[in-house]
Amino acid sequence: MDLSYGPEYESFRAEVVTFLTTHRDAAPKGEGMRAAASLAWQKLLIENGYTARTIPEQYGGYGAEPDILKSRIIAEEFANAKTSTGLGGQGISMLVPTLLEMGTEEQKQQFIGPTLRGEMVWCQGYSEPGAGSDLASLRTSAVLDGDEWVVNGQKIWTSTAHIADWIFCLVRTEPDAPKHKGISFLLFEMDTPGIEIRPLVDMTGAANFNETFFTDVRVPKQQIVGERGEGWLVANAILGHERDSLGNPNITLARFNALIDLLKTETIDGQRLIDHPTYRDRLMRIQGRVMALRCNDLRILSAKLNNADATLARMIVKLQGTELRHDLEGLAIDAMGEFGLAYDDNPYVRDHGSWQAQYMFYLGLIIGGGTSQIQKNIISERGLDMPREPKVEKASQG
Amino acid sequence: MEFGLSEEQTLLQDSLNRYLDDASSLEQVKTLVDNPATGLWTGLAELGVPALLIAESAGGVGLGCVEAALVSESLGAHTAPVPFIGTVVMAPLAIALAGVEQDALLAAIASGNTTVGVAVAESIAARADAGVVSDGANLSGKALFVLDFGADQYLVADDKRALFLVAADAYGLQARSLATIDKTRPSGELVFSNTPATRLTDDPDVLRQVIDAGRVMLAADTLGAAQNMLDQSVEYAKQREQFNRPIASFQAVKHMCAEMAAELEPCRALVWYAAHTLDAVADEATLTACHAKAHLAETGTFVAKTATEVHGGMGFTDLLGLHYWFKRIGFNRQMLGAPEMVREEAARVQDLVG
Repeated sequence: MDLSYGPEYESFRAEVVTFLTTHRDAAPKGEGMRAAASLAWQKLLIENGYTARTIPEQYGGYGAEPDILKSRIIAEEFANAKTSTGLGGQGISMLVPTLLEMGTEEQKQQFIGPTLRGEMVWCQGYSEPGAGSDLASLRTSAVLDGDEWVVNGQKIWTSTAHIADWIFCLVRTEPDAPKHKGISFLLFEMDTPGIEIRPLVDMTGAANFNETFFTDVRVPKQQIVGERGEGWLVANAILGHERDSLGNPNITLARFNALIDLLKTETIDGQRLIDHPTYRDRLMRIQGRVMALRCNDLRILSAKLNNADATLARMIVKLQGTELRHDLEGLAIDAMGEFGLAYDDNPYVRDHGSWQAQYMFYLGLIIGGGTSQIQKNIISERGLDMPREPKVEKASQG
Repeated sequence: MEFGLSEEQTLLQDSLNRYLDDASSLEQVKTLVDNPATGLWTGLAELGVPALLIAESAGGVGLGCVEAALVSESLGAHTAPVPFIGTVVMAPLAIALAGVEQDALLAAIASGNTTVGVAVAESIAARADAGVVSDGANLSGKALFVLDFGADQYLVADDKRALFLVAADAYGLQARSLATIDKTRPSGELVFSNTPATRLTDDPDVLRQVIDAGRVMLAADTLGAAQNMLDQSVEYAKQREQFNRPIASFQAVKHMCAEMAAELEPCRALVWYAAHTLDAVADEATLTACHAKAHLAETGTFVAKTATEVHGGMGFTDLLGLHYWFKRIGFNRQMLGAPEMVREEAARVQDLVG
């Protein structure tokens, strides 16, 4: 065990801190992803290597060698300064890494730079009403007609479809092939004729995702990533990126500290909530779980640096991280009693209603990106080497 | 930066596991608990286990708490009936922290010839009619829940949190063995009547550090025991067939195993870190030890119950013997502070108790 980063990295940390001290006032404070302040901040971060750090310069990134510790230091210091780490979204977090791995040179040139700069916003067309956990059974079709794909079908849970410029979309191009081998990965513009978007309001009251309908949407033939029928491979590379980004234990720690503050501030019968032994015990129980997942995270980081095995430690992060956040937010609501119900413009609402909003949002994340039950299948099959459930023969259709 | 085990540490644990696979197999354990023999302890002494934390200058191996936690994990995995936590960890640590000359005793511990039990339960949670007082040289009163009971010497805390060493055959000391669910760790009470004792230290910080270390070792023991129960569950589920297929192919069973793995895997890193703070991060040591103890207690209990259920009716039988691990985990949960007590201490060290 050696938890020091060493002098080279501590001087890098000092650089990051200096940058933040100098520039943090210019960081966006909740403005949207299209706002000038957000775009300017993104540009500044790329120029200094604090986002898009390892993406080659020729594609609009900073072009540094991958260095896990430097990336970690950047994340830690931006979190300490409560400062935006730049634009996120599925284009930057999922499509860019996939194009770097699987895209043609032309696609990299065309898409990565504008996506990183925030000029090109993406949404993801994966799930369908009939294809959720069993994503590979998706039925949205694409048929080649001359130099164009003709897309028909429906997607659901398409986050940010209403503001996106482009979509990366899984479609069935080989209807006669086995289900995993008949899928292709297409890119197309959201203002293409034949696309209809209907917002889906979620339980928090927000409408960040949508149902998206395609009727004879015509897509240029070359806007495919990978070969025909290789879409499942491309999609799985992306799912890996998505799961890595969920349940970040450092964000959980910051939220835990906010929970302590809440319990120290709120009172019942003139007594601080934290002075009630039952709430305090629940708080401490949550802290033990936060601590265990932070240690697990350091183990994973170290394993990446030292080529050690931490397969199971990685596999459990999404499951445990999202369940922990849901429980953490739920404790705040319980401790506030009736005030825990306050929402929207209720003047008694605490912390802008974030405890209820996050409590519900994390229930969404327990389900999204591979449900907790799918995670348990993965852990038992790939982590513990237990057999898959036998396939059920499809009933013949009469 | 390295958050993990060194090659030497992995080798240490591997060689110990190889030894224990035979010497502390379930069949051996079943024999040993009813008929204590010294073969296992002698074997461990030959491997250097009792000398682990004792400085090389005093005839020991001079390793640290991370290595001790790895040994504790292995002993828990094998439900080994040996006096580890008091003799190998808490007593040598108390002597080292007290800064007193006890080279003869340390040498005797290192060689495996002398064992030391630990009587500190009253300084964590004192029961009515229990507690030890000192008049400076002699002890009187009663100490409950003694760890490594049946030892040659005892490390005893008085009501002022001072620490003493008492010989098992000292004048006026009555030792009474008391059965617990866990037959692999003898427990009992000590009654002192003006019993002569050697004062190690008056510094209550020494007792705190000794308890921190004891708690991390109990957590590590639970980690090993729970991992073993999970491994047995997966193996059993793959072999046991019902409805013409291995029960391991049913999601109901797979998810029980996945939940055990998901709860347990982060515990490994927590135990490593807690052991590391004992050696190297003094200002985090107590908080981390409390959380390691309490969190492993909760996770251990969950795994012990779930693993037993995966085994169905067989899990309930003495024949299969899964209950040795179940009870080991239960013992670790209650000793040196049950989870609620320890979490309250975690709150206190962070100034969260008004």
